[in-house]
Amino acid sequence: MHSDKIKEISEELKTLFDDCTKSKLENIKTEYLGKNGKITLLNGLIKDVPNEMKKEFGMQVNALRSEFNEKYEKVKSELEEAEINQKLASEAIDITLPGTNIKNGAPNILEKIVEEIESVFMSMGYDVVDGPEIEEDHYNFELLNIPKGHPARDAQDTFYVKGEDYLLRSQTSPVQARVMLASGGDKPIRMICPGKTYRRDADDATHSHQFMQIEGLLVDKDVSLSDLKGTFDVVVKKLFGESTKTRFRPSYYQFTEPSVETDISCFVCKGKGCSLCKNTGWITVSGAGIVHPNVLKNCGYDPKVWTGFAFGFGAERLAMLKYGINDIRTFYQTDLREVENFDRREA
Amino acid sequence: MISLNWVKDYIDLDGEDLKELAVKITKAGVNVEAVKDNHINNLVIGEVVSCEDHPNSDHLKVCMVNVGNEIVQIVCGAPNVRRGLKVIVALPGAVLPGNFEIKKGKIRDVESNGMLCALFELGIEEKTDETYAKGIHEVEEDVKVGSDANEYLGTSDVLYELDVHKHRNNDCYYHIGFAYEIGCILNKKVTLPDITHKEIKEDVNDYLTLKVETEDCPYYLAKMVKDVVIKESPEFIKQRLINAGMRPINNVVDISNYVMLEFGQPLHFFDKDYLGDKIVVRKVKENETIKTLDGLNRELKTSDIVITDGDKPVCIAGVMGGENTEVLPTTKNILIESAIFDAVSIRNTASHLNLKSEASIRYGKGLNYEYTKMAIERACHLLERYADAKVLSGIVCHDKVDKTDKTVTFKTEEINKILGIEITDDDVKVELGRLDFPYVYKASEFIVTIPKRRLDIDPNINDIAEEIGRLYGYHNLVSTLPKGYTKQGEYIGDVKIRKETSKRLRTLGLNECKTYTLVSPDMAKLFRYEDKENVILPNPMSIDKSIVRTSIIPSLLNVYDYNTARSVKDICIYEIAKTYDKDFNEDLKTAILMKGEYLTNDWLKLNVKVDFYLIKGVIENLLNYLGYKNRYSFEKAQISDLHPGISSKILIDKDEVGIIGKVHPSLKKDDIFVAEISLTKLYEKSVKPIKFKEVSKYPEINKDMAFIVANEVESDAIKSVIKKEGGRILGDVKVFDLYPNISEGKKSIAYRLTFRDETRTLADDEVMLIFNKIIASVESQFDAVLRDK
Repeated sequence: MHSDKIKEISEELKTLFDDCTKSKLENIKTEYLGKNGKITLLNGLIKDVPNEMKKEFGMQVNALRSEFNEKYEKVKSELEEAEINQKLASEAIDITLPGTNIKNGAPNILEKIVEEIESVFMSMGYDVVDGPEIEEDHYNFELLNIPKGHPARDAQDTFYVKGEDYLLRSQTSPVQARVMLASGGDKPIRMICPGKTYRRDADDATHSHQFMQIEGLLVDKDVSLSDLKGTFDVVVKKLFGESTKTRFRPSYYQFTEPSVETDISCFVCKGKGCSLCKNTGWITVSGAGIVHPNVLKNCGYDPKVWTGFAFGFGAERLAMLKYGINDIRTFYQTDLREVENFDRREA
Repeated sequence: MISLNWVKDYIDLDGEDLKELAVKITKAGVNVEAVKDNHINNLVIGEVVSCEDHPNSDHLKVCMVNVGNEIVQIVCGAPNVRRGLKVIVALPGAVLPGNFEIKKGKIRDVESNGMLCALFELGIEEKTDETYAKGIHEVEEDVKVGSDANEYLGTSDVLYELDVHKHRNNDCYYHIGFAYEIGCILNKKVTLPDITHKEIKEDVNDYLTLKVETEDCPYYLAKMVKDVVIKESPEFIKQRLINAGMRPINNVVDISNYVMLEFGQPLHFFDKDYLGDKIVVRKVKENETIKTLDGLNRELKTSDIVITDGDKPVCIAGVMGGENTEVLPTTKNILIESAIFDAVSIRNTASHLNLKSEASIRYGKGLNYEYTKMAIERACHLLERYADAKVLSGIVCHDKVDKTDKTVTFKTEEINKILGIEITDDDVKVELGRLDFPYVYKASEFIVTIPKRRLDIDPNINDIAEEIGRLYGYHNLVSTLPKGYTKQGEYIGDVKIRKETSKRLRTLGLNECKTYTLVSPDMAKLFRYEDKENVILPNPMSIDKSIVRTSIIPSLLNVYDYNTARSVKDICIYEIAKTYDKDFNEDLKTAILMKGEYLTNDWLKLNVKVDFYLIKGVIENLLNYLGYKNRYSFEKAQISDLHPGISSKILIDKDEVGIIGKVHPSLKKDDIFVAEISLTKLYEKSVKPIKFKEVSKYPEINKDMAFIVANEVESDAIKSVIKKEGGRILGDVKVFDLYPNISEGKKSIAYRLTFRDETRTLADDEVMLIFNKIIASVESQFDAVLRDK
């Protein structure tokens, strides 16, 4: 008769949790496991069970309780999960709405080019140095083998600020002279000096009275023009792509001898000829040469022992070439709509 | 412009492809910008076989012209066209000067298959009323019909237009010099022109005395010719001058120009009869003037050199002659001057007179003294031949030229070392031979003498290496990398702080600007918050770029204006630049300008507007990054062009390093916030290296306190009292709440104090003791009242 009771409850358990809700669930628990719950009450019946059956009966009640608990826990967790899912569903947002605009911070386009060049040269051991923009004639011209009366010193090209002694530097080369003098004539030098320079050009699409040069200098005991060419190869490949080739042409600068102009193979047409390279396949990017012995001597280095090479890039020209900019004034206007694209890594 | 026909007088160019030659010359460093061939195709000699009136015109003629292989009909309007005349015919396809192409066509309904040419139409003469009236050119009887008219005219020439670097534009700008350049490319020798002439017994020294009173004239030669006949120059002289871009005048003037284009040596011809018997070369005296050949009165400077007749100037040396001794069609006797003047002096004179003549350009570049005498002899030779001149014997001479040879001694290995190539002694001998540089070779050492025509070459090995290198070909260089010790490169000096500042400001959402160092007086008037005077350029290009700035903020305001005019609303920018005061003291500064919104999300209404505390936050973030945490402070100050109530100094270790505030509303209507910091001053303040600091293991105790104080009391002032009283165990003090105007003229300000000790747990009562001490102190010092808890 007691085993009928167990069967009956066991039978009820089969459908007991169907269509259950969270509130029903606790009621059911009370109904079966509460103080007067159906399963709880079975424990009281044990005293009426014959001794030899007691063990059996006890096991059956325990099994029933386990079954109930198992089902209860399962349904409970299902209900809880459903509840969480429902809550999460209600919290869903329109992920296509625009994100909060965090302002970008773009470099000046010239600075971007300068920083790229700096990183190539720094990796090859060149320090980055700057010097005064109001410079003494002595450093800007005299030490660089441009004596008084030389056409390059023409007042028509140079902004003098006081007599002929002080000027807005017309090139960054005086920084090289300063570094050489400071090095005392007995240490090798690797340096570049990107910086502002000034010449008396009326501003238009291709001229600017203020512009940026990136000049460099290497002084050591065994330096050749071929070393300069190899160095350029490294730099232009980094700036304009691995396939870029370098070409030297004879040129003339007062502070280098021999002097060369450096062309790179056109990175647009790969040398086939296009409007950028004026159908020559080559683009001039730099002037360079072996440091003139007079300059070494003027700056405290014995030209019999030391040699060196020097080079100069125009930052504006490089940036105009690289980014397809046609007006040099772009760099000095800062139209925020134009510069914001430059706040990104290089491809 | 170099005429290759002319160059052929000095060097054998037979069989050379002149276009290819131009490429070779360019590769070796003398840039041939353009090769112009002035040969005109389809230009032949013809004969007019019939000449009838045009049916529809009263002045045109319809001609049948035999051009050798056919007879063509051509309509012609020249007054002198007639049957039997030999003429120059431009047939269809011919392109005449001015890019005028001859085509088949009809003139007033009559077919015309070419043009009969006048010399001005072929660019040989200038078009004037006179040459126009002459009509078509009448070819001599004996010229063969159907032959090439280019040959008949002798005009066929190839011209090189040069774009030469400054150092070579003396020797490559005259034909003999250029012939030497071709000589080294082709490895051929140069032959100099004939300078021989007869001389009569009379001696120029009997007619003239010379005195040179200035060191700026190291060399002065003069010869004299008599009884010249002034007329037109022979065709070849005229043609060559035209090709070189000069206008033929008469035989005498043309010869002076011709010799200049040969030797690069300008000559000056004086009419001897007007000159007198004396030449004195000297510096100009006060207030001297001269009327030059072009009819203008010139005011001279005492630094200019003049040729005088002992009394008044008759020529501005090296620049232009005077009208008073000008060679005229009536001139009979000529004094020829060939001289060297100081290049710088001539350049300065030409520049202040704004008078660039063919002569002054050449003097300005320097001259080869070896040609000074040759040129004068060559002029005598040509005057004798083409102007019937009688050349007087003797020469008037002042010679203080330094004739020391420039020599270089070197070994081949030194050349190899400079260029990074491997050539042998024999290779060097070949190259020196090509250059026509005399040398001695002894014990594997070269001693080279630099020819006088190569003014650009200094006596050092590098110059020789350059000459050899350019002939060897730079395209043949290999690429190697410098050997020797190296290390990772560094940012030196203040470059480092500049880069770090830039990096952080970009990260904070500011865009970098680059503006001009030179500003206008209006800009320079703004933001003069330091006691600095500006550098004012003595000779500016324009007034708006005439002053060296001391502050970058006005330039950033321009960038603000530029962008605002283009409807850009949010402007967050910075610039780092060097500024200078009138004693050229450098101050590297960074300026920041912010306006509009810093964070934007319109639909979320999460728009963070730029205000004083935002830009202050940017500055604090920057200064923390640069290592000045807990060392900076802000001190309210009146700063020009900033809002008087919203402006502050920025201090580090109590030293002023910059300013911050809102742009004065009278300057800009928008709410614009700016700051400027001297990186030079920051750089002088050393920063300690980063060190790890462990947080305390013991619990912290937080205590809040709020005071009611007068609105004017600054939060930092209360904070510093709190900190002072709080002592060692007081960690952070933060303002966490603020109610302005909570009652009449009063505000409520609340602080959260964090107490901690690194070594132990704090007891509540010891904290309370300090806490109460702080309250008492703040209340008494600021007339404050503790707000109810």
